[in-house]
Amino acid sequence: MKTLDSLKPGGRAVVKGVSGEGSAVYQRLMEMGVFEGAELEVVRFAPLGDPMELRLHGYYLSVRKAEAALVTIEEVLP
Amino acid sequence: MSSSAAQATATRIFSVAVIGNPNTGKTTLFNALTGLNQHVGNYPGVTVERKVGTLQLDSETRINLIDLPGTYSLAARSPDEMIAVDVLLGQQQGAEKIDAILAIADGSNPERNFYLISQLCELGLPVVIALNMMDVAQTKGISIDVEKLSATLGVPVVAICANKGKGLPELRAVLKQTVLDPKVPAGPLPHFTDAMSAEIDALRADLSREGNKLKRDVNRLEAFRVLVDKGGYAETRLEKVLGPAFRLNLEAHRQRASKNPLQAEEVRVRYAWVKQVLADSLKRPASPPPTHSDAIDKVLTHWFSGTAVFALLMLLVFQAIFRWARPLMDGIQSLFEMLGSFVSSHMAEGALRSLVVSGVINGVGGVLVFLPQICILFFFIAILEDCGYMARAAFLMDRLLSKVGLSGKSFIPMLSSFACAVPGVMAARTIENPRDRLTTILVAPLMSCSARLPVYTILINAFVPDTSFGFGWLSLHGLTLFAMYGVGIVVAVPVAWLLKKTLLKGETPPFLIELPSYKFPDTRSVILRVFDRGKAFTVRAGTIILAVSIVVWALAYFPHSPEIAARFDAQRKALKKENREKLASQIAPIALADLENNKSEVGLILAQAAAIDAVRKKALDEKGITEPVEAPAEMTPEQKEIEDQTGRLTAELQKSSATLWPMVLEIRAQDMALADGTAGLDKAEAGQYLRESYFGRMGHSVESVFKPLGWDWRIAMAAIASFPAREVIVATLGTVFNLGSEENEESAGLRSALRGATWDGSSRKLFNVPVALSIMVFFALCSQCAATLATIRRETNTWRWPLFSFTYMTVLAYFAAMIVYQAGMYAGWDKL
Repeated sequence: MKTLDSLKPGGRAVVKGVSGEGSAVYQRLMEMGVFEGAELEVVRFAPLGDPMELRLHGYYLSVRKAEAALVTIEEVLP
Repeated sequence: MSSSAAQATATRIFSVAVIGNPNTGKTTLFNALTGLNQHVGNYPGVTVERKVGTLQLDSETRINLIDLPGTYSLAARSPDEMIAVDVLLGQQQGAEKIDAILAIADGSNPERNFYLISQLCELGLPVVIALNMMDVAQTKGISIDVEKLSATLGVPVVAICANKGKGLPELRAVLKQTVLDPKVPAGPLPHFTDAMSAEIDALRADLSREGNKLKRDVNRLEAFRVLVDKGGYAETRLEKVLGPAFRLNLEAHRQRASKNPLQAEEVRVRYAWVKQVLADSLKRPASPPPTHSDAIDKVLTHWFSGTAVFALLMLLVFQAIFRWARPLMDGIQSLFEMLGSFVSSHMAEGALRSLVVSGVINGVGGVLVFLPQICILFFFIAILEDCGYMARAAFLMDRLLSKVGLSGKSFIPMLSSFACAVPGVMAARTIENPRDRLTTILVAPLMSCSARLPVYTILINAFVPDTSFGFGWLSLHGLTLFAMYGVGIVVAVPVAWLLKKTLLKGETPPFLIELPSYKFPDTRSVILRVFDRGKAFTVRAGTIILAVSIVVWALAYFPHSPEIAARFDAQRKALKKENREKLASQIAPIALADLENNKSEVGLILAQAAAIDAVRKKALDEKGITEPVEAPAEMTPEQKEIEDQTGRLTAELQKSSATLWPMVLEIRAQDMALADGTAGLDKAEAGQYLRESYFGRMGHSVESVFKPLGWDWRIAMAAIASFPAREVIVATLGTVFNLGSEENEESAGLRSALRGATWDGSSRKLFNVPVALSIMVFFALCSQCAATLATIRRETNTWRWPLFSFTYMTVLAYFAAMIVYQAGMYAGWDKL
């Protein structure tokens, strides 16, 4: 299964699941709207390659790659 | 209605909590509603500030607005985050019961903002929703039918633009209506499964049986958080009291509630609710139109232009606190010096004058001197945060700082600390995670601040050979200075890493931060922020700094034996007697009778000569020539002109005074010798007092401790006396080495005195390169700043962390200085 950190800028995906239940990252991902069924798009990566910027629910979110690796996705082809 | 509502004055006072996601303009709204009627305090035991503002609705109704920290949900994972929950549930110590909630939501990002609102609507309290940033929403093509939304939710909703003051009169009216006629949300609430609801009730029943252990009632909403928030603070807090058996029971409840993770279940239900309540009122275009904010971001987060702009901005901030604050700081300093000399000249000499001048005036001056830096830094921080750039800065820098377990948010506090740790520690306030914030606060003082610069400058100039290499591009002086700045950074990395692995261990805080839309900073919020920080520092850190200054003054002043004064008075008298006798014997051959006959004329000539000297000195000062050279060949054209002018005037005076001139010259020479001799004795006296003060005795008694660092008791004493403020080392060295305390880092007098100093009772030179390096490294790493410690105390709300900071830095400094000295001696650098 592909994870969110493997997406390239411009890539779009639907969230299939989030692992790491009970952790702060898991909880924050949920609260910020990264949960099963959510649609998102990778906007860009920071100059040093990490973190990445996502667009979802009409706003922009910065996520570290290690955090994005908890999110399994299904890529949506343009 | 609160119990405080019925007051004798017939004014009814209500408490309304203001809560919302970060970056929704909550602070702007809070400031717009309350203006300057704000009071900032602390909740007991946590670092969260308790900010309350007053909103006077009319002569009979007043609302106390309680500002809660920005949050995305009520699922708290730390004591700091729990404050908001406890305040809302009416169970926070030191906070009044809440009558209503003012929820602020970003109208341009309603879905995520309404997640929190879904939790707020369940609290059984009246809720008022302020939909902010409707102008931004418009540019995104979003429209919200406020009336429809209000009807669906059964909650009053007001569209506002807090920064433009739009919609505020309506909001005030709605708030008034709500507190006077409270109604809980009438619309549908998020619907959780029956199994989940049953387990919440069952858990609550279990907890009520533990009443004698808990000593309080756990209401249904807290029980909800305990059940759902696995690893959350609500759970941890109960487990601390009830023990591991509670956790087992809790897990059993969780198993029965749902086979899926409960957090995911909560999120699913709440987002479904959000979708449902917004369905009729929210219209959003299928593909969002490009906005200005997107265009700006293309530049500001671009790998090249983004990094360049960031570097330039940081350079600007750094320059501002490092250089632009200088004139203001100098101004404050000279103001207090003037005040000091004014008081000195109007009070009788003695302990009281010394206390007022050296303790109180210097102490207050020492506090206020930091104000320009704090105000300038917070001016920039307020602007950068308010316009939305701060999140981008964290985004750009995160990778660098995540290596030591911190996040991009630590960058600005660290950078600011190169100018001064006091504003740096205060800037750590922008880091939400308490462990990251504390780590940042603890390593920030390791950055070489501007107060270390004089120490580096004087020791480098005096002892490091002035050689250049690399085609003259690199000087050993510059390189040493660079190394000193590097020491702090290099040491901070393992310290931060170690702190995050041991004392401040815990799960890595998520770096899921919103990158909000850019907007124009709100002037009122910027000004209030600067004012607020300046006041907080002056009032609360200031009192501690003042107390420390007085203690230090006492240690440096007492016992102040009168025997020393008597001895030096006798020496001064003897000097004067000898001088006058010498003058008489020199003049005698010329013509003592002439002097008697022409007393007033001689006096006049002396005054004229003094006037010529004064003119010369003023002219030199104006040209910035502090150390005029004697040899005409080495003079700058400017100095030559001044000296020539002086020569002409003197020649004229000589001509007009004719036969009296030799006598005038002799009197002048002897007067000058007397003044020099007396000043020397005064300095020696000050040095003697300091050596025999409690500080001096400490220096003597700890000499053996500092021997491995290559220090004698005088250096040790100067270092100890510098613990309250490291920059006093230069003045203290001056006093200890009998030069008086008017020395600065550029003075040649101090430099040559240090070079000439020897060990007591031997001709072995006290200072060499390893000793100078060991002193510099000690100063680079040691916690020698009462202001910083007082600020850490203020920011962490406990004495534990300033104590820890002081101890670890001082121990570190000692051993690092010892290693540098020993290694330097081993390498033979003492011969350099």
